[in-house]
Amino acid sequence: MNREGRRPASELAPRAATRWIILGLVGLLWAVPIIGMVEFTLRGGLAGGYTFDRWILVFSGGLDASYKPLWTGLINSLVLAGVTVVVVLVLLVPTMVLVHLRFPPLRRPLEFLCLLPITIPAIVIVVGLAPVYSVVARLFGSGTWTLAFAYGILVLPFAYRSIQANLDAVDVKTLTEAARSLGASWGTVLARVLLPNLRRGLLAAAVIAVAVVLGEFTIASLLNRNNLQTALVVLNKDDPFIAVIFALLALAFAFVLLILIGRLGGPKRRRTE
Amino acid sequence: MTTSTLAPAASVGTASASVELDGVVKSYGSHRALDGIRLALHPGEFVALLGPSGCGKTTALRALAGLESIDEGRIDIDGRDVQNLPTNRRDIGMVFQSYSLFPHLTVLENVEFGLRMRKVQRAERRARALEALALVGLEERGGRYAHELSGGQQQRVALARALVTRPRVLLLDEPLSALDAKVRVSLREQIRRIQTELGITTLFVTHDQEEALAVADRVAVMNAGRIEQIGTPEELYRTPATAFVADFVGLSSGLPGELAGSTVSLYGTTLPVLPGETLSDGAVRVAVRPEDVRFASAPDGIPATVVSSSFLGSLRRTVVRLDDGVLLSVQHGVDEAPVAGDAVSVAFRGSPVRVGPVR
Repeated sequence: MNREGRRPASELAPRAATRWIILGLVGLLWAVPIIGMVEFTLRGGLAGGYTFDRWILVFSGGLDASYKPLWTGLINSLVLAGVTVVVVLVLLVPTMVLVHLRFPPLRRPLEFLCLLPITIPAIVIVVGLAPVYSVVARLFGSGTWTLAFAYGILVLPFAYRSIQANLDAVDVKTLTEAARSLGASWGTVLARVLLPNLRRGLLAAAVIAVAVVLGEFTIASLLNRNNLQTALVVLNKDDPFIAVIFALLALAFAFVLLILIGRLGGPKRRRTE
Repeated sequence: MTTSTLAPAASVGTASASVELDGVVKSYGSHRALDGIRLALHPGEFVALLGPSGCGKTTALRALAGLESIDEGRIDIDGRDVQNLPTNRRDIGMVFQSYSLFPHLTVLENVEFGLRMRKVQRAERRARALEALALVGLEERGGRYAHELSGGQQQRVALARALVTRPRVLLLDEPLSALDAKVRVSLREQIRRIQTELGITTLFVTHDQEEALAVADRVAVMNAGRIEQIGTPEELYRTPATAFVADFVGLSSGLPGELAGSTVSLYGTTLPVLPGETLSDGAVRVAVRPEDVRFASAPDGIPATVVSSSFLGSLRRTVVRLDDGVLLSVQHGVDEAPVAGDAVSVAFRGSPVRVGPVR
């Protein structure tokens, strides 16, 4: 206890054993379905036993032409992820910085607007987007990449939260004014001062956007577009083993991205003398 | 890192400019933050803008920097109206109250930033940045990041960064307020030394009167969006133009007195009144400096009781309570050491005093 009669934070933290139990339970919760999926992909079929043949087939490039829709879906999803990230960052970041610096009273309305998609079921969004996409198709064609506009809306809540947390942690106003007083134009302030200091939030927003896009099924399916998830559903009917392998790989990819956020987004460290 | 090839620190060099704020008005809704202020800085002059929190001093500085728009009036730098000139084209150097170093850049890169904006060649940029760092005594810290420096070091780097571009005007927005007392005194002396060496026109905003009086050529005292008085530290202290300045600059006790023409009667003593505010004869509030009061022998003085006494190194300041309950500060030598509860007598030395309306 300290002088104010409060226990220090280190005392309030759970004991090591408790922490490991919690970690173990949560880990188990996540691990069981993944282990189940892995086990499923290794099953030997009617012959029984386990085999790595399907994994070898995937990694040796031995999948025949019947799996082409899967590759198309994967490429579409990757393109969609890239376009979505660009759409979100190019539109959202300058808007948020502008609101933060020049129009603080607009922060709450912007937050409300950005968080709205999380409260609306995907099916309802599709109903609203269907007529919009007839216009989009006329303007930009019906390529799968146009789904990025819808996905941009879908990832807004996650991107907003990540970027706003970073904006709140940095003294954006003072850094901006310091840069301006040193002769920087607004573009330079954004590119050379703000973006480097918001990189953790931007990375998090980008990675979450990629993860959401790679896992999205409802909108793509109802708007008749082909992405990884719709391709996996179709493939699941013909070859559920390969479909599950690709689902696992997508999961691993998202996991690697999350690790990257932690590695790249952290502050620069230097050993002090 | 070596500085052996560097030019002398003073060669950072500046082309100092005159600055004039003429009838500047700035309102936030119904609140008038700047109420027609007029302030002129001569080239190379160090002026402190002093006032309590919320008096508009930072707004005035930010308006000069172009970080706040103004509603009325005119702001000239070197005789040129800069009202429509954006901050990045006003050729100013600015040090902020909060630490403003770019966290993703090293100290050297921070100092080079302004030169990079001016497209100065790499070699010259590096040399000038090192020179500016040498000026603030931090040439060995060029490779560090802001979070690896103390608060005082960060503000010194910010000063080097502001000076390296050779701005026409240096603006300091309470740069010492986040620092501890000892560092504050040391850094303010360093700022004054560098300003004198470079001869750069400087506007220094502070709410600390001791800081303002210690470093500035002239001090402008602000209150409620207006400048109450501009003068040398001695003028402000000795001949305050208004009761507010007398109260805000230096230490003074407010006593009830009776004004009669150019003199005021105070506890039976008649004192001359400083010229300034026009008040009609009658009850007034008299501001008396501690050094204008002395301890007296019992029959001649005003009876009082010691409330507290503080040792301040070369002098001692004692607060006494007069019989009518009014508190009065007395400055005296360290040989006298009254303790709380002592019965004493005090007397006025006869110096002119500032009077104001009764509150």
